[in-house]
Amino acid sequence: MLVKKIFKLKNLKYMLLVFLSACIENAPLDSLSPEGPYARSIDELFWITFWIAVVIFVIVQGALLLSVFVYKEKPDSPEPKQIHGNTKLEILWTVIPVLILAAIAVPTVRTIFDLAREPENALKIEVIGHQWWFEYKYPDYGITTANVLVIPADRPVRLEMWSNDVLHNYWVPKLNGKRYLVPGQTTYLNLHADSPNEFWAQCGEYCGLSHSKMRGRVLSMSQSDFDAWVKNQQKDAVAFSTDDLSLAAEGQQVYLNAGCTQCHVINGVWDIQGDRIAPNLTHFANRNVFAGAALKNNPENLTKWLANPAELKPGTFMPNLELTESEINALIAYLETLK
Amino acid sequence: MTKIIEPNKQSNIFKRPSSETGIWSWITTVDHKRIGIMYGYAAFFFLLIGGLEALVLRIQLSQPDNNFLTAAEYNAMFTMHGTTMIFLAIMPISAAFFNYLLPLQIGARDVAFPRLNALSFWIFIFGGAFLYSTFIFGTAGAPDGGYLAEEVGWLGSAPNGGWFGYQPNAGLKYSPGTAMDYWAIGLQILGIASLISAFNFITTIINMRTKGMRFMRMPVFTWMTFAVSFLLAFSLPIIAIALFYVTFDRKFGTTFFLTEGGGDPVLWQHLFWLFGHPEVYILILPAFGIVSEVLPTFARKPLFGYAAIVFAGFGIAFIGFGVWAHHMFASAISPVAQAGFGLSTMVIAVPTGVKIFNWLGTIWGGKIKLNTPMLFSLGFIGMFVIGGLSGVTHSVVPADTQQTDTYYIVAHFHYVLFGGALFGIFSGLYYWFPKVWGKMYNETLGKIHFWLMLIGFNLTFGPMHWLGLQGQVRRTWVYAEETNLQFWNIIVTIGAFIIAVSIIVFMINWIFSKRNGEKAPFDPWDARTIEWTIPSPTPVWNFSKAPEVKSLDDFWHSKYDEDEDGRAVRKESTDQMLVELEEEGLNPSENIVLPNPSYFPILLAAGLPFLGYAVIYKSIPLALIGTLFLLIGGFGWGTEPLEEEVEENLEHE
Repeated sequence: MLVKKIFKLKNLKYMLLVFLSACIENAPLDSLSPEGPYARSIDELFWITFWIAVVIFVIVQGALLLSVFVYKEKPDSPEPKQIHGNTKLEILWTVIPVLILAAIAVPTVRTIFDLAREPENALKIEVIGHQWWFEYKYPDYGITTANVLVIPADRPVRLEMWSNDVLHNYWVPKLNGKRYLVPGQTTYLNLHADSPNEFWAQCGEYCGLSHSKMRGRVLSMSQSDFDAWVKNQQKDAVAFSTDDLSLAAEGQQVYLNAGCTQCHVINGVWDIQGDRIAPNLTHFANRNVFAGAALKNNPENLTKWLANPAELKPGTFMPNLELTESEINALIAYLETLK
Repeated sequence: MTKIIEPNKQSNIFKRPSSETGIWSWITTVDHKRIGIMYGYAAFFFLLIGGLEALVLRIQLSQPDNNFLTAAEYNAMFTMHGTTMIFLAIMPISAAFFNYLLPLQIGARDVAFPRLNALSFWIFIFGGAFLYSTFIFGTAGAPDGGYLAEEVGWLGSAPNGGWFGYQPNAGLKYSPGTAMDYWAIGLQILGIASLISAFNFITTIINMRTKGMRFMRMPVFTWMTFAVSFLLAFSLPIIAIALFYVTFDRKFGTTFFLTEGGGDPVLWQHLFWLFGHPEVYILILPAFGIVSEVLPTFARKPLFGYAAIVFAGFGIAFIGFGVWAHHMFASAISPVAQAGFGLSTMVIAVPTGVKIFNWLGTIWGGKIKLNTPMLFSLGFIGMFVIGGLSGVTHSVVPADTQQTDTYYIVAHFHYVLFGGALFGIFSGLYYWFPKVWGKMYNETLGKIHFWLMLIGFNLTFGPMHWLGLQGQVRRTWVYAEETNLQFWNIIVTIGAFIIAVSIIVFMINWIFSKRNGEKAPFDPWDARTIEWTIPSPTPVWNFSKAPEVKSLDDFWHSKYDEDEDGRAVRKESTDQMLVELEEEGLNPSENIVLPNPSYFPILLAAGLPFLGYAVIYKSIPLALIGTLFLLIGGFGWGTEPLEEEVEENLEHE
């Protein structure tokens, strides 16, 4: 089959990749190194199209350069023949592209419907877009989390997505293409990771001031690790008693009194039911990134963030609470206990 | 002595303008050539501004996590770069070509409605000025409830919702302030200008062709003007309505695109791209036309498959209305729609391919003169092919869901609109330079311009393909260091500055050659179409008498016969004919009546920005002032004849 023949060009493809990646290594958003069946089917389709395009490119540019070199005006060039056209030739170069495109169209349409189909045995996860972070809900487990999407490896995941404000676009290049999150509508995207790994996600659609900082991580885990993660996520945070004098306990008081509870929920400590506009912090320390996955979760970044969020994420809805240094330190100590 | 008839100047609201030189002669002119030149300079001015905006963007992106611009400034810059290049640079520079050349190519004395022509130019100028006044008057800020660490400066107070203005982000809640109002109303005003000229050109082409200029004898550039005019006429009303909706949503509390009021943000995408995709062909078809003139001239062969090229152009224009949702493959559309629009997008590659193969057929076997316009036209083919092929990869919907919203797309459409449209435009600027100014440009500088631009262009936009596939998302103010994208971003920025240098070379060439260039003969290229039968620079009356056309490429056939091999042989009578032609072109033997200049187009156009400000600031007095301009302009116009009645005794020799 034609498709299979083209696939033998794989070696060439890798040579090209080696050449191109000489200067870029480990691009975490690389769309050309698929790590799951969905992304792989797209990748295969892309390379078929790519090599057909390369052949056409070589033919056309070759003809262009050849005619320039051969027919460049020289002192002894004769006046050219006045050819007005050639119907056979013109029909030929209309029909051949049609055939090539038809050949591309067949796998394209098939892949479109394959990608859209709801997979069997899929884990359902809701993705809600906010300016500028992704929220995740696991309806089967009653879990709400943010920024880091945790999925079981080697099992399909069905994302049901919508937006809370403007258009966003969910993209994990190594697992699948993009899909918009639209306010008032539900869109769907399937993910499937081959093996346990960490992937980067990024919002694709321009969504305002901090669009560039609306990022994400996807962690795929073995089924047993995933089950353990679920179990942990379902636990509430343990509230410190008011007579505890540790720094973390002091931090809990800052959380409760400085205004954080206006927007952030911590189950077991401040879990008035109902959604808040900011990420649920119950298992904050369990996540390796925060602030729309734009920042690594470490004390240094947290200090900067709590001092003035808008400095790091322009337009953010988190106000500068004018916290003192000691309040910030206490709060960080507290956040680190939220495993 | 020329025999232009002096009109009998009667007074209307104002005395009929009479200056023939100086600034007032330009402000009141209805001469298609002068309007074309003004279009050209204004568009080039905006091209420079859009280019500066691009350079500022590239400085910001040369390093990961850079702080050269704030997020607000970056977003304003990329929005204005796109809006400027599309609506204020490439569209009007194409209009410059249409204006100047269309009447010359069909043997007419002017366009069908000279004053409307002036009107659309002045509306364009006022629309552009209105849009850019946002830097002075506009305001922008964080969405409702959001915080900014610093004030939005003047640079950030421009429209910031993207040239595509996706809702609801570009709505009032998420883009507060007036900047996006300037965008919506500014585009509305510019749209009026384009609509007016579209109908003007359609009428001109249908009605003003000279004797014997049948449709299938028209030069391809005229054909493409015709196609573009229809595209404008059918696509602009769509965006006009969508922009009214946006303005109503933002200013008067309607909810066309707001979910909370039952509206639909995806509807905006459909409306925008239903206009936006034909718009792409509005930008590229003029370049197709220019290249189809330049290649035969410098290959000394007729265009290969003239009819195929013409019909392919119209095929592209027609199918162009049926592919809009390929801009939305990742958006909320069904797999059936994805498949349908994917297929229609593949279909549009066919007529595009036909054009490219026919151009190759044109130069194959020719005697190719590699001067600047030809180099740009050949460069156009080479670069446009790359843009076309990457376009085909978008029609493969699943692949497109990886590529969309990344720099791969940015690379693609710059290969089409810069490597395509702009290379074609530069080709045309050099090609018709002698006709417009009566001087020759400097060939060496022209070639330096071409090679610098070709290298700079490919350094800038070539690596963007790779950056996009490596995950660099569009419209992002910063990218993380861990994404490992810095190397090619530095190369891209260097490329952008090389383009800037090439533009400076072009400007030096233009200014120097216009002043000190060699005197141009009237047919410097041994060309094929009838605009080369008249003196250089074009006399104010164009043709001293209406030419009669007997075939396609009429001028060529009057100079050359074919021998039994089909090779071109110069007729013996040609030299004598050329001498006579020039003599005759400079000394018309019949009386010539030209449309008279008028104050009213600019006066009428001046009302529109006032109406725009009136909507933004909800001001009745401004609305009254604007209406007053419209009324005076309209009334004066209506009561003023196009050509003043001529009394025999005022004729002078």
